[in-house]
Amino acid sequence: MIAEIGRFLIALAFIACVAQTVLAWRGADKGGRGPAAEAGRAATEIAVLAAGAAFLLLIASFIRSDFSIAYVAANSHVDKPLPYKIAGAWGGHEGSMLLWCWILALFGLGLARIGPRDAALRSRSVSFQGLLQTLFFAFLAFASNPFERVFPAPIQGSDLNPLLQDPALVIHPPMLYVGYVGLSTAFAIAAAGLVQRSGGRELAGALRPWALAAWTSLTAGISLGAWWAYYELGWGGWWFWDPVENASFLPWLLGAALVHSAIATEKRGAFPGWTVFLALLAYIMSILGAFLVRSGVLTSVHAFALDPERGVLILGMLGVSAVAGFLLFALRAGSLGEGDGFEPTSREAFIGANNLLLAASAGVVLTGTLLPLIYEALDLPTPSVGAAYFNLSVNPLLLAAVVMMPLAPFLPWTNGGARPGLAQMKAAAMLLPVAAVAGLFIWSGAPLLAVIGGAVGLWAIAGAVMDAANALPAAKARGARLSASGRALAHAGVGMIALGAAADASRPPNIDTNLVPGEQLEIAGRVLTLEGITRADGPNYLADQAQITVSGESSGTMQPERRYYPAADQTTREVALKSRISGDLYVSVGEARIRDDGRTAFEVRAQYHPLIWMLGWGAIFVVGGGAMALAGRLRSQAPVRGASPAAARMEPAE
Amino acid sequence: MRKAQRRLWIVGAAGLVLVAAGALAMTAMRDAMVFFYSPAMVAENPPEPGVRVRVGGLVVDGSVERPGSGGANFTVTDGAGEVRVVYAGSLPDLFREGQGIVAEGAFERDGVFTASTVLAKHDENYMPPEVAEALRASGHWQHGEGEAGGYGGEAGYDTPPGSR
Repeated sequence: MIAEIGRFLIALAFIACVAQTVLAWRGADKGGRGPAAEAGRAATEIAVLAAGAAFLLLIASFIRSDFSIAYVAANSHVDKPLPYKIAGAWGGHEGSMLLWCWILALFGLGLARIGPRDAALRSRSVSFQGLLQTLFFAFLAFASNPFERVFPAPIQGSDLNPLLQDPALVIHPPMLYVGYVGLSTAFAIAAAGLVQRSGGRELAGALRPWALAAWTSLTAGISLGAWWAYYELGWGGWWFWDPVENASFLPWLLGAALVHSAIATEKRGAFPGWTVFLALLAYIMSILGAFLVRSGVLTSVHAFALDPERGVLILGMLGVSAVAGFLLFALRAGSLGEGDGFEPTSREAFIGANNLLLAASAGVVLTGTLLPLIYEALDLPTPSVGAAYFNLSVNPLLLAAVVMMPLAPFLPWTNGGARPGLAQMKAAAMLLPVAAVAGLFIWSGAPLLAVIGGAVGLWAIAGAVMDAANALPAAKARGARLSASGRALAHAGVGMIALGAAADASRPPNIDTNLVPGEQLEIAGRVLTLEGITRADGPNYLADQAQITVSGESSGTMQPERRYYPAADQTTREVALKSRISGDLYVSVGEARIRDDGRTAFEVRAQYHPLIWMLGWGAIFVVGGGAMALAGRLRSQAPVRGASPAAARMEPAE
Repeated sequence: MRKAQRRLWIVGAAGLVLVAAGALAMTAMRDAMVFFYSPAMVAENPPEPGVRVRVGGLVVDGSVERPGSGGANFTVTDGAGEVRVVYAGSLPDLFREGQGIVAEGAFERDGVFTASTVLAKHDENYMPPEVAEALRASGHWQHGEGEAGGYGGEAGYDTPPGSR
């Protein structure tokens, strides 16, 4: 019965989305007030409630292990621990699509409640959001029903992929989807603004907080995925330039460009057309990502098991959204107004350059990701494009962007009054050679790109510290202070990520060997001894646990495991980590083999990852910085009692 | 600054970045593109020794040997040809006889394929698209194989080091 109710709720939500699109459109025609706009708003609530209830029912079916539902049977098992039963609700295609749709509807509700101030623009963007919702809810209802019955019902279920039974992976997809899907609001507001012939500045101001929220969440989601790959996949990498990773990196790059260009447009009217174009493109890249992950067209690390028909449908949604968005843009971009002039050494110019570099990076990533598909379509032999391509082509572009990043906050807007703080500029510029020398010193003997990356990372961190020291005392209002801190924090985080990535690119030691209990290996000044292998079975798996003692620096014991999940008939590795400020010691254990002398040896992989925590903390800083900037922005947007609008404009939040 | 002058700046900067990005991408692509060969293609027209390629197929039952010193050797087939793969690294956790895998590396002069990376998907229903295509081409595709269910989780190739 639950399945039938769930199905009904999805259909109800779909109808509510159609109603939302039509009613909010009519409402916008009437200036955003009146019964139609109100009804459109009510429709967003129905869509959220219905989709949310359907999602809860799906979770309930997982908790009850109702294997008469095909999706539950495919992604759960009676013996699975409860948190992972619940996580199974978004561990596969249909359930994650339901989550996607629900988040899409939530953003629709958000736009209706706290969307653009102008009522007509708000109602129009609710209508566009409704259109995007309608597309995905139709896909859910007609091609990806998570409540499909299976007969006869299996008794046990075929288990969630053991690799996904991990805390980071429980929250990774929801975070990622809030990011992907959140970009839809930027699309909806941009498209609505084009229909309404809104000015570029007003539009950039309306969409900036939404883009910032989405991009921050996307950053968190991607970082969680990288962290998971590092410690769960058991071979010590965190980013592989896999097509599916690229699929999330594309909207991230464009989102990063958008949150910066929207500042320049809102504050100084610079490049309004570009900002609106980016807002449209970023969400289209999100849909492209969904297509790449869910259609099975690419050989990928994370692809969902395949269904070409679904791929075609997602391609259809991609086409509808892209044609609608770009057609509107082509017809109406003129009404956004021309950008104001700016000096080449102004903050606008630097933001523009940063946007160019980020967009070029996105173009290069897109080329490498889609090239195999293009070859295939032309019936040529299909190549795979490996990490070497991306490292060589994207890294220089991103490094250039990070070199410019710390300078921009010291530059004035073109018509901002004050001349460049030249002394500050000089002091900042002095940091570059200092950082370069420090970088060389730290990574002497490392590959060139690692040295440059390390120096640039230090440069960015130093710049962010100076920015904070410079901007915080000057900021009077709480909102401005929050915004400035957020900016400095996020920029410092980017520097830390560059530094951590550079350390990782300096070819740290990696030993793959096999050991008989009692044997040793030596890595990074430490001696690891395999003492023995013991059984350590869990609730739904069998495990061999290696007992490894470490002597030398960071002595102690490490217990990596090799787990076998009978339900899924899969083996996984549980990595053991010893984290210090200097870096992580990383050990995993693999299969057993018989040596020529008859003794049993176990594969042991030992790695040392210098400064890897920089990546994790860097990501946390970027996310925290994004959240602070958002909070500051919302605060300075709120009407201040007693302050005239002109006074509020005197001290803009960054 | 005058409007025309400013336009010049913007167009110049954009052009510069685009040219740089294009040049970077082209140079990088030349080294990084790796083509897929099915065992049948290898039998017909083997790639030059030393050229990096990908080879994929089903792991032949009983063909896997694990030397005491480490690594693993095995044979992949698409029904129309066979390739012997020598691999010094640690096999992915879900490597199995009868399963579809993709190996990246280069052929030696004696026709043995030395792999630096072996990819196996963590989902027994999953078949790398190239392998599925190769099996179809050689007529060894069984209907439903690798497409079972149309469900399955987000999953991972278990990729050993050396692939980056």
